[in-house]
Amino acid sequence: MIKKSAAEMAAALSAGEVTSVELTQAHLDQIAKVDSDVHAFLHVDNDGAIAQARAVDEKRKSGERVSPLAGVPLALKDVLVQKGIPTTCGSKMLEGWRPPYDSTVVTRLKENGIVILGKTNMDEFAMGSSTENSAYGPTHNPWDLSRIPGGSGGGSSAALAAFEAPLAIGTDTGGSIRQPAAVTGTVGVKPTYGGVSRYGLVAFSSSLDQAGPCARTVLDAAYLHEAIGGYDRMDSTSINEPVPAVVAAAKDGNIKGMKIGVIKELQGDGYQPGVLKLFNQSLEILASLGAEIVEVSCKYFDYALAAYYLIAPSECSSNLARFDAMRYGIRVGEGSAEEVMNATRQVGFGREVKRRIILGTYALSSGYYDAYYGSAQKVRTLISRDFDNAFGKADVLVSPTAPTTAFKIGEKANDPIAMYLNDIATIPTNLAGIGGMSVPSGLAEEDGLPAGFQIMAPAMKDDRMYKVGAALEAALLTKWGKPILDNVPALGAK
Amino acid sequence: MSNISRDDVANLAKLARIDLSDDELNHLSNELAVILDAVARVQEVAGEDVPPTSHPLPLKNVFRVDEVRPSLTPDEALSGAPAQEEQRFKVPQILGEEQ
Amino acid sequence: MALSYDDVIAKYEPVLGLEVHVELGTESKMFCGCNTVFGAAPNTQTCPVCLGLPGSLPVVNAKAIEYTIAIGLALNCSIAPYSRFARKNYFYPDMPKNFQTSQYDEPICVNGYLDVTIETDEGPKEFRIEIERVHMEEDTGKSLHMGGATGRIHGADYSLLDYNRAGIPLVEIVTKVVTGTGKYAPEVARAYVSELRDILRGLGVSDVKMEQGSLRCDANVSLRLIGADKLGTRSETKNVNSLRSVERAVRGEMIRHAELLNKSERVIQETRHFHEDTGLTTPGRSKEQAEDYRYFPEPDLVPVAPTNELIEKIRASLPEKPSVRRKKLQEAWQVPDKEMAAMINADVLDLVEETVKLGADPTRARSWWLGEIARIANEKAVAASELSINSKDVAEIVALIVQGELTDKLARQVVEGVINGEGRPAEIIEKRGIKVVSDDSALMAAIEKAIAAQPDVAEKVRGGHVPAAGALIGAVMKETKGQADAAKVRELLLKHLGQG
Repeated sequence: MIKKSAAEMAAALSAGEVTSVELTQAHLDQIAKVDSDVHAFLHVDNDGAIAQARAVDEKRKSGERVSPLAGVPLALKDVLVQKGIPTTCGSKMLEGWRPPYDSTVVTRLKENGIVILGKTNMDEFAMGSSTENSAYGPTHNPWDLSRIPGGSGGGSSAALAAFEAPLAIGTDTGGSIRQPAAVTGTVGVKPTYGGVSRYGLVAFSSSLDQAGPCARTVLDAAYLHEAIGGYDRMDSTSINEPVPAVVAAAKDGNIKGMKIGVIKELQGDGYQPGVLKLFNQSLEILASLGAEIVEVSCKYFDYALAAYYLIAPSECSSNLARFDAMRYGIRVGEGSAEEVMNATRQVGFGREVKRRIILGTYALSSGYYDAYYGSAQKVRTLISRDFDNAFGKADVLVSPTAPTTAFKIGEKANDPIAMYLNDIATIPTNLAGIGGMSVPSGLAEEDGLPAGFQIMAPAMKDDRMYKVGAALEAALLTKWGKPILDNVPALGAK
Repeated sequence: MSNISRDDVANLAKLARIDLSDDELNHLSNELAVILDAVARVQEVAGEDVPPTSHPLPLKNVFRVDEVRPSLTPDEALSGAPAQEEQRFKVPQILGEEQ
Repeated sequence: MALSYDDVIAKYEPVLGLEVHVELGTESKMFCGCNTVFGAAPNTQTCPVCLGLPGSLPVVNAKAIEYTIAIGLALNCSIAPYSRFARKNYFYPDMPKNFQTSQYDEPICVNGYLDVTIETDEGPKEFRIEIERVHMEEDTGKSLHMGGATGRIHGADYSLLDYNRAGIPLVEIVTKVVTGTGKYAPEVARAYVSELRDILRGLGVSDVKMEQGSLRCDANVSLRLIGADKLGTRSETKNVNSLRSVERAVRGEMIRHAELLNKSERVIQETRHFHEDTGLTTPGRSKEQAEDYRYFPEPDLVPVAPTNELIEKIRASLPEKPSVRRKKLQEAWQVPDKEMAAMINADVLDLVEETVKLGADPTRARSWWLGEIARIANEKAVAASELSINSKDVAEIVALIVQGELTDKLARQVVEGVINGEGRPAEIIEKRGIKVVSDDSALMAAIEKAIAAQPDVAEKVRGGHVPAAGALIGAVMKETKGQADAAKVRELLLKHLGQG
């Protein structure tokens, strides 16, 4: 049962073939079995999950109407607050903190009867591309436990690939949903900025952060997207429009006549040949399904990474100022309030977080603002214009999600720039605020590890990427004869 | 090569309230120089005529109605406090001044 | 030996800059739905947003925007078609996010002015105070400093924080540099704050209670030699909590600066704290090294772009200006300029107006507030409005006087009782047994007793020398312990002696 899709589980629940308690317990058992290897979870809420499952079962038994995903379990990235449940953001700073409120995403999950199994591991405060920056140790990629599961949401993607949960929530500031999806053979969607409420999402970079669905199929991601998406008056940047009809688009999957734009700047040097080969095969498949492939150029994308590594650290230097040992979180040191703040922030933050805070403090400081932060904001405008032009020629844009398959744990830990290059293809969408999706494109010939195919759509046209993603997914399933995740080696054998 | 000294980093750490170790100060001044070199590229294309983008979407005038909504209980508000007294957050002696 | 104020102004020209913070009287906070009522139990009016809990997000209170635009319009400002919030980054435990959501280079109102009139040696004179900006921001929490001897921040062992005030909407009104006030700088500063307060009160956007901190003034003062162009180094005196203190703080700083300059010493650019008891300031934080606040546009809030319709709607609903209102009151009450100025100066104009609205005649209402009550307030060194007597009490007392139930002398006892907190007028009259002796037979007995005691005086009155009756009336009043109505005694006495 745990290898089925969320939609299949939902159907089984609705047909009475299984109860949510049984389904939830099966996943808790799988977590108990494999998570010592994978380390996808920072906290497993055994009792809470069973209680939620029982409530859904009772509701269903009493004949009450339940939502499509009611009773299906989910793994929640530890950057979203859930009332009373430890929330650490992968940081020592928040060790032991139990938030007194629910994020809007959690509220909506609860309203939909989706069972929250626990909180997943992540790079500290979502800063990283490998989940190695977690203060609680790295997560291992189920495809090869010596490799990274991507990041920052490596815990969520690994949980999916290890069948610990059929659904997960991630957050994506520069690729933290899509790049982990790519390297674990799963589906990850960053909705249009403002499409899913950020209320209760512990901010890394407010103008870039976006929560979204992670799943094993495009349709599952669509169901989850509709469950958590939509306007929220608690978030000033939330879009006051209906959620795009992503479930219908995922069920449709007809791309005949659609124009698919290949971004010239997001391929070539720096991309692993096997990853590029899978990308080109995917393009051929889409063309064979009736789509028209066009090439587009986005010449300012070359500046995206630089702009991102100014904007995100700048905003994070301000967002993370609140962690000061006064009101919540750990408190370290003796002496004055100032001394305690300094000592706590020194001990509580990890290396990458401190690096970005210092970088952001520099970029915002007087005398440097215009040259760094101000210039980066201008590049942001140029990148949006690039997208506008490209979407004048194509309905969706595509690229490989990440330049390489999963690398070894520790391989890039001492080279921040090499690490930052992982996000080169995913960052432009965050800067422009548009949606992006990663779907598996296959296993790279060099290493047999999964790669991702990225689809980008204009703001609030998220349905388009679901349509293309579903079409590619269906064609590849036919080609392979089985889901890609059937190739994941057995876990928990020892 | 961007010129960022150890003292510069020490000053930034002071502004950011992080008691960095000597080791970290040395390390970070080297790393920041490399990173700043890489990101300084943004200046090449940031012309006068390009307006900055601070918000990815062109929203404006998002307001809430002036009405009172339930607060947290004091217990909830103080639930994460490292120390408390008399229903207030207890913090060490404050040396600086209000601004 | 301290310099005299005259010495200071003979040599130096004062330059002012005034920053006034006003807590808006919205029901809920600036960015969240928490209540704003003053004086609640600690940390009962807080939520994830105003506590700055991780993940929380702000949403702007629409009313706060409308109030700020109204303030801008009342101060003759332009309303920016597009403005943004910015984060002002600095660490302080009373600020939950360690940044203040404020406005920086794009405030909502700019370039206004306010005219104020003060009494000068040459009669009333008007000064125009130019307003640089009016912007929105949020208030901080409150700290209690524990241990140590003084309850002040220095020497405290630890602090206790209450975030009920954190996130209450604040509007900051900043003047441009104010020059040309000469020796009247302290009076102009006071008049500006006073006029501003009246405007804000008239707009209904704040309760403008300086003593509760809902209106706070920071006064920047510098001196330069008369005739010099270059501005001197300024000091910034924080949180001056009454109109009187504004005037004292400016005057005190002028003298302090002049003493330093005369000794060729440097004025240090710093914040100063004003002490109500001594009228002096003590040094605070040095501002020699400018704090780097790393302002940047607040990504969690979207721009404010008020429509013309909204601006015009607010403009149309503005109340009349305090100066117009004062003129109307002066005409209606038939008060000479000097009396009017006295009421404004004693800050009792609103109280008199309320008292008149409750039925008292303007002359009596004015003379009570400006006389006995102002005298007591002055003795206690508080504002008349802070005494426990209100306009309703005064209106009631005036009505009793008119009805002959109280004499002026008895009324003074009642006023004193109310101010001492003994109760409302009726209760005090009851408790103290105050009543006018108006029973004719009782009065006649006293009159006859007085005549018997002073037959020669009575004879004079009978002979037509009416002024002599004063001595007899005095004796009657004494006999009745002041509880008789003197006019009534006079009437009965003269009639009895054949002069009625």
